[in-house]
Amino acid sequence: MKKTKAVTGLATLTLMAGLFSGCSSNNNNATNAAATNAGGNTGTAVEATAAPEGDAAKDIKGDITVITQRTDIVDTVFKDYAAKFNEKYPNVKVNFEALSNYEDQIKIRMSTSDYGDVLLLPTSVAIKDLPDFFEPLGKKSDLEQQYTGLEERTVDGISYGIPITVNFSGVIYNKQVFKDAGVTEVPRTFDQFSAALKSIKEKTDAVPLYTNYAAGWTLTQWEADLATVAGDREYVNIGQVASDDNFVPGQPHYELYKVMYDAAKEGLIEEDPTTTDWESSKADLANGKIGTMILGSWAIGQIKGLAANPDDVGFMPFPTNADKILVPLSDDYNLGVSIHSKNKEAARAWVDWFINESGYPTTEGGGMSPVKGAELPEILKQFEGTDITFDTLAPAKAGEEGWVDAIDKEAEIGLWQPDFKKVIIEAAIGNRKQSYDDIMKELNDKWKAARAKIVTAK
Amino acid sequence: MPKLSNLSYKNQRILIIFLFSLVPVVLLLTFSYLPVFKMFQYSFTSWNGLSKNMEYIGFDNYKTIFTKPEYFAVFKVSLYYFFATFVQMGLALYFATILSFNVRLKNWFKGILFFPTLLNGVAIGFIFLFFFKPEGTLNTILDLLGLTSLQQKWLLNPQLINVSLAFASVWRYMGMNFIIFLGAISSIGSDIYEASEIDGANRWHQFRHIIIPSIKRILQLNLILAVSGAIGVFEIPYVMTGGSNGSGTFVIQTVDVAFKYSKLGLASAMAVVLLGIVILVTILQRILIKEEK
Repeated sequence: MKKTKAVTGLATLTLMAGLFSGCSSNNNNATNAAATNAGGNTGTAVEATAAPEGDAAKDIKGDITVITQRTDIVDTVFKDYAAKFNEKYPNVKVNFEALSNYEDQIKIRMSTSDYGDVLLLPTSVAIKDLPDFFEPLGKKSDLEQQYTGLEERTVDGISYGIPITVNFSGVIYNKQVFKDAGVTEVPRTFDQFSAALKSIKEKTDAVPLYTNYAAGWTLTQWEADLATVAGDREYVNIGQVASDDNFVPGQPHYELYKVMYDAAKEGLIEEDPTTTDWESSKADLANGKIGTMILGSWAIGQIKGLAANPDDVGFMPFPTNADKILVPLSDDYNLGVSIHSKNKEAARAWVDWFINESGYPTTEGGGMSPVKGAELPEILKQFEGTDITFDTLAPAKAGEEGWVDAIDKEAEIGLWQPDFKKVIIEAAIGNRKQSYDDIMKELNDKWKAARAKIVTAK
Repeated sequence: MPKLSNLSYKNQRILIIFLFSLVPVVLLLTFSYLPVFKMFQYSFTSWNGLSKNMEYIGFDNYKTIFTKPEYFAVFKVSLYYFFATFVQMGLALYFATILSFNVRLKNWFKGILFFPTLLNGVAIGFIFLFFFKPEGTLNTILDLLGLTSLQQKWLLNPQLINVSLAFASVWRYMGMNFIIFLGAISSIGSDIYEASEIDGANRWHQFRHIIIPSIKRILQLNLILAVSGAIGVFEIPYVMTGGSNGSGTFVIQTVDVAFKYSKLGLASAMAVVLLGIVILVTILQRILIKEEK
């Protein structure tokens, strides 16, 4: 009975709608809370949640629930963290809850008041709405002395989250495959990269560039390399917003995805992209069946863990024709405290301890620590003293915060969604009639129209 | 303390009917009518799904849907499922007829045919994903049969992807059609068959002149359900391909608009439009089928 399909489809929507509708009853509470916050933004409320030092730590007590996305290590590594945390804060009991599909599930729970004490700030929540859901952690100008990467989740000078790790993005490759293919030098420009992929195809059995098309979200990792292609830390949040020609030839977006299109067109990607499998691709890269994948640093640890010889797994910046090579640093999820938490002091203590003392940012997180002056991870030490720089993206101009996101959503382009990347691959392998320029033109038209709308509205 | 037996029989009846229907009615209201009502409400807003403030924008969402052709272009894909519907009903009717006669291992076959309906749609998606892989089950079987030349990349080829997905959908929903047909056919009295046999009717005659006319109503009902189902295809393409490579349907697009682009208002409007289309198609079919008689 095919009716079930329509019913399921509608039911999914209506159910979601129903779940969200729960928030209408909550509106008053949350607005009040937000109002209190706004009042307290400059004063005591901000400092109230700062973690105490020394003996005061023993006075903090209560139960807290920490919600995490790491289903893989919640019962092992996180248990150890809790034990170590208790050495310093003996009266706090830490419970964990791991969500397998974090982003979607937490978003629905956030329409109630029950979403744990410490949790990751969902990226899909509009920045301006953060004060409705999260406890302020302090003034950005104060916290800045200690942490990097705060600007991504700051509203009106108040920070609501601290990154659990700082990722860098680029190409993860198998050194042995490169050696077998006779590529001795790490490719730097588009031409060198393309030549390297071709020699892998000719001289080895490995897939030169694995797209992970079927998983979808893996394709969004390309977008993180936009700053490398632009060679400019100001491009993503400032340059892009100021331009009507975001996807025309010569612009970073055009060049970035041209790499994807060309590789697919020349048969340098997997044989059947529609049935790729993310989990097995990690093992395949680790063991030399795949040459390169475009990912973030968070994947390095996972891939090394599967490798017979972990030293084979290497990282290089995304190719670029820019004068200097910039590897963009960006926040992973940010950690924050729920506005509904009953034990805010304990929750705040966990946030500080987790970022500063657990070691998570570099070990399990696989990136760099957001704590200023922390040591670089092993894999990056090779780049010390080279012309490769690591830098965060410049924040948007005052008054233009969140515009990239707003334009993107209005235009339904999906910079951080897999859709148009999939279209590019489909076109390149001949499944669509559109050419690369057609796709880019369409995106640019959407961008232009949406930008006009957003800029006039603000 | 008031006792139930103090009430008159009539009032007892009313009370009990009321109490018994309270639970289902409350469930129905909470999980069907309230969400639908909310959906209508959201469809007039530009709400992003989480923000505390909701802005009413009148009919703008509907205007967007009806003025941009790309929102309706995806209905093309529904045609594949629409045609698959007839295959599905044909097969279901065929098996139901055969199994209504005396066949060896009748119940075993019934079980096999109905089994897919019991499986979770997501599981079926994954099963068929593996089935259609280049080195997956289907190509392996073709290889074993010596039909290597027929091997395909079932989900990569834009001409085949929707046929492949529609096939999976037929596999999944056929059992349900089958069981309904079987029930309808079983209700035909055995004396009619006996009489027709005495008159010299063979199996085909029986099928043509006894079975079909007797289950005409059920056929119509299944057809209506199947057609409105084809308009709202969701699970199988969503799980297997996420709507990529030209397999996107209207419902997938609605979900994308809601959760990828945080336009819950627009998505609600799309859901309302879909609901409207399904109702329209159903009414249309009712009218057309009635006139036939």
